[in-house]
Amino acid sequence: MKLVFERSRAGRKTAYFPALDVPAWKPETPLRAEAPRLPELPETEVDRHYTELSKQTYGVNNGFYPLGSCTMKYNPKINEDMAALPGFTGLHPLQPMETVQGALQVMEDIEKYLCEITGMDAMTLQPAAGAHGEFTGLLLIKAYHKSRGDEKRTKIIVPDSAHGTNPASAAMAGFEVISIDSDAHGFVDLDALRQAVGENTAGLMLTNPNTVGLFDPHILEITQIVHEAGGLCYYDGANLNAVMGIARPGDMGFDVVHLNLHKTFSTPHGGGGPGSGPSGCKAFLAEFLPGMRAVDGKLERASRSIGDVRGFYGNFLVVVKALTYILTIGAAGVPETAANAVLNANYMKEKLKDLYPMAYDHVCMHEFVMSLEQMKKENGVTAMDIAKALLDGGIHPPTMYFPLIVHEALMVEPTETETKETLDEAVALFRQIHEEALRHPEIMAEKPEKTPIRRPDEVLAARSPVIRYAFED
Amino acid sequence: MNFPKDLQYTRTHEWIRYQGDSAYIGITDYAQDQLGDLVFVNLPEEGDELMAGEPFADVESVKAVSDVNAPVTGVVEEVNEELADAPEAMNEDPYEAWFVKVGEISATVELMDAEAYEAFVAEEE
Amino acid sequence: MAVYVPNTSAEQQAMLQECGFADIRDMYRDVPDSVYLTDLLNLPEGAPELTVRRKIEAMAAKNHVFPHIFRGAGAYNHYIPSIVHTITDREEFKTAYTPYQAEISQGVLQSIFEYQTDICELTGMAASNASVYDGAVAAAEACEMCHDRKHSRILVSGAVDPNTLSVVRTYSFGRNVEVVEVPLKDGVTDVEALQEMLTKDTACLLVQQPNYFGILEEIEPLEQLVHANGSKLIMSCNPMTLAVLKTPGEYGADVAVGEAQPLGLPLAFGGPYIGYMAATAKMMRSLPGRIVGQTVDHEGNRAFVLTLQAREQHIRREKASSNICSNEALCAMQTAVYMAAVGPEGLKTVAEQCAAKAHYLQQQLASVGLPLAYDRPFFHEFVTEVSDAERVLKALEAHDILGGLPLDQHHLLWCATEMNTKEEIDEVVRIIKESGVEA
Repeated sequence: MKLVFERSRAGRKTAYFPALDVPAWKPETPLRAEAPRLPELPETEVDRHYTELSKQTYGVNNGFYPLGSCTMKYNPKINEDMAALPGFTGLHPLQPMETVQGALQVMEDIEKYLCEITGMDAMTLQPAAGAHGEFTGLLLIKAYHKSRGDEKRTKIIVPDSAHGTNPASAAMAGFEVISIDSDAHGFVDLDALRQAVGENTAGLMLTNPNTVGLFDPHILEITQIVHEAGGLCYYDGANLNAVMGIARPGDMGFDVVHLNLHKTFSTPHGGGGPGSGPSGCKAFLAEFLPGMRAVDGKLERASRSIGDVRGFYGNFLVVVKALTYILTIGAAGVPETAANAVLNANYMKEKLKDLYPMAYDHVCMHEFVMSLEQMKKENGVTAMDIAKALLDGGIHPPTMYFPLIVHEALMVEPTETETKETLDEAVALFRQIHEEALRHPEIMAEKPEKTPIRRPDEVLAARSPVIRYAFED
Repeated sequence: MNFPKDLQYTRTHEWIRYQGDSAYIGITDYAQDQLGDLVFVNLPEEGDELMAGEPFADVESVKAVSDVNAPVTGVVEEVNEELADAPEAMNEDPYEAWFVKVGEISATVELMDAEAYEAFVAEEE
Repeated sequence: MAVYVPNTSAEQQAMLQECGFADIRDMYRDVPDSVYLTDLLNLPEGAPELTVRRKIEAMAAKNHVFPHIFRGAGAYNHYIPSIVHTITDREEFKTAYTPYQAEISQGVLQSIFEYQTDICELTGMAASNASVYDGAVAAAEACEMCHDRKHSRILVSGAVDPNTLSVVRTYSFGRNVEVVEVPLKDGVTDVEALQEMLTKDTACLLVQQPNYFGILEEIEPLEQLVHANGSKLIMSCNPMTLAVLKTPGEYGADVAVGEAQPLGLPLAFGGPYIGYMAATAKMMRSLPGRIVGQTVDHEGNRAFVLTLQAREQHIRREKASSNICSNEALCAMQTAVYMAAVGPEGLKTVAEQCAAKAHYLQQQLASVGLPLAYDRPFFHEFVTEVSDAERVLKALEAHDILGGLPLDQHHLLWCATEMNTKEEIDEVVRIIKESGVEA
């Protein structure tokens, strides 16, 4: 496929702008020596180019997308239409407040609903992604301890099964990361936790259901242990889709949460963003929230705000989409969505567990983790090989090699928006590939064969980085 | 797997070759084999102080990053800048692909000779 | 059966049975009784699409969209050709995840590679990442790139956007890094003050060009001082202006960042926007977030992959330079489509028209008694004095015009773009004249 720069021909263009109707600008400042080599294309070629690119991109509507921990559910179209309303897209962020009352209502309503769903008291919509929400929540914890003069609380406890963003966010917030082992069932090891907490504990970060797809039955003991040591409990909402409307982080003992609107609340992932990662907290932390919150038709800053984690009010249009979703599925739809996400995952797990060893054979939540460790030992076929074979079968593979505590992991999250037939077809494909892997292990490393490119050489890419087009001069 | 006799080894899979009052440091054949194709190395700067047993560099494969620990306490006299441009040398010839030359050596971690290290590696396998 | 759950109640029952669950509660057996919700949450009842549409449209209708905008201050009103949203609305682009599976993600990977190239071309830098959340975050991440144990002090020009300064401060509160504001002199960074503030432990200087007041800073003396001190120079630039202005690369900046919203993203009440980040070759590996690289597949075909991943949180965990995971990929594509559509000549036209219209507006305002606050070269924003900002703005608002941003009661920060016609500008001036407000 040609690069846009390879399609470019000098002098080709489309006229979009009328002629200048005022005197020309006379620069009194240094100018660039040469024009930027941006592509020169007529609009027809621009359209063709990106249409080509779109054909080599796999979206949720191209097929089953059981990418664990990513919640690749259907992205409803009404959400997109609502976010594209000129009454939202045309608003300058610094307009007078009386001219943006509808936008403030969006912010106020969704904050109320998300607080109700999580059991929190206040929320900022400023964070633009999950990791950004984590960072924000941790800064709330930091500001809280600091405000009490409790400066020795410098450690954040993170289970070894956590997403990489958890320890990275904690480090960015200036905390030292204490990693604790999971027990044999994939849960937090309570004894290890008791030993880890102390007077320097700032808090604990936890995903529940956790990153192996299990709901930790000791959740109340866990939050109690941390609270008794004087720490706060942080809920990573990456997996909220399993329990929204079923159980609330606030009731489990969590003080701070972040949500991923682009996972749980059906907004599209856009090939990596934009997302939205609101950060919520209990009332005693609300005074530290960053940014401006909409309160009674006005934008207000918290009294001891940590500042801003992004400009303005966050990814507002993404928030509009999530609000549309909540209004559509409503009070009854929220738990029904969660229950069906969990049911679909358990259904697939039951249909696969005789062939694919489950890392933890336990009732799973919205996702489950399989380990290909035995297969790798006996046949030399890896989790990566299975994933690549799935590409040839036309479905997006599960998440590979995560969590790190499971060897040769494949993590499957079907979501609630898939039909039973889709699950059955995927199960059949997984089983067929397993059989092929046993019969012809030697060909598995050659997969995929039917995709636009074969396996890329990642070593070459990293050893000699080429990260921009080299123009022929 | 190669275990040259003229080197000493650490339990964290670094080698050290003394030369006069100084020493060269790198990672072992076993280490590079375990790490897979190495794509980048983060090296210290001349004049940096190394602490025996503490990380002083790290090496990256495509999907992992690993610390490289200092076998000795000392001061960096020379850095193998070529390694940064050709990280594959660590895979191809690990005992020639030295990271740093260290002087003013004061302390060392527990070191093994080739035979002891070979046995140690066999146990790890 | 909830909306977007396709399986019927009967199918759900059958699946529950097949899994060996007595009921839903049994499936959630690990959830303790004391937290298991037995009642519905206090949320609105679910509604059909038409009802929801009416509700949301009613909210949008409560907003007022100004047809005439003379306000920038970090969010800019530009023309966006129709092709731009037509392409980014394509379902494949919109609904894809991060391109971890390169074999079926060449489209999105190539689009990011092209975006990175565009950013390098605009900024004159060697390496670009795949984007961060917005311009303010890009500046904060750039400061994080520059500090280390020996250099823990960050200097920020007092003429950077206040949003940017606030985000830099908040990020630094996290890392326990000191942020010091360099004072201003006549609306620009005070070079003499800077000279005194450059200490041994100074990691970097962050400066904005054009600065928050629209003024073009003299970068050369800043660059010389900063580099002579062994510190790094971060330039935050509106990328549209780089179609004509001397680039960060040409000035010798170490990192270039900025808000790329002006390149084809709507105002959208502040987001989604997109922060671009570019660096010298030497600092490439310190860039946070995703980077796409070129390689070959097993058959030797050109291929694109996410690369240099060992910098990132999923591998380096607490030692990663940043926690960023999701970025603003679709917005990056949006800017790339915009740039491909308007081309180098179109972008230059936009930049020159912005500057020309702003200068015309400034002269006209001066003629009705709103003089320039700082007599310095500016680009497409500028500050005027005014006796009563509120009265001017109210008068304009009555004619559906969003005037300059009030910095205080006596100063307005104006902006003009290619969207503002001469008639519009003349109208602004006429209204102000009639309102009888002077400086």
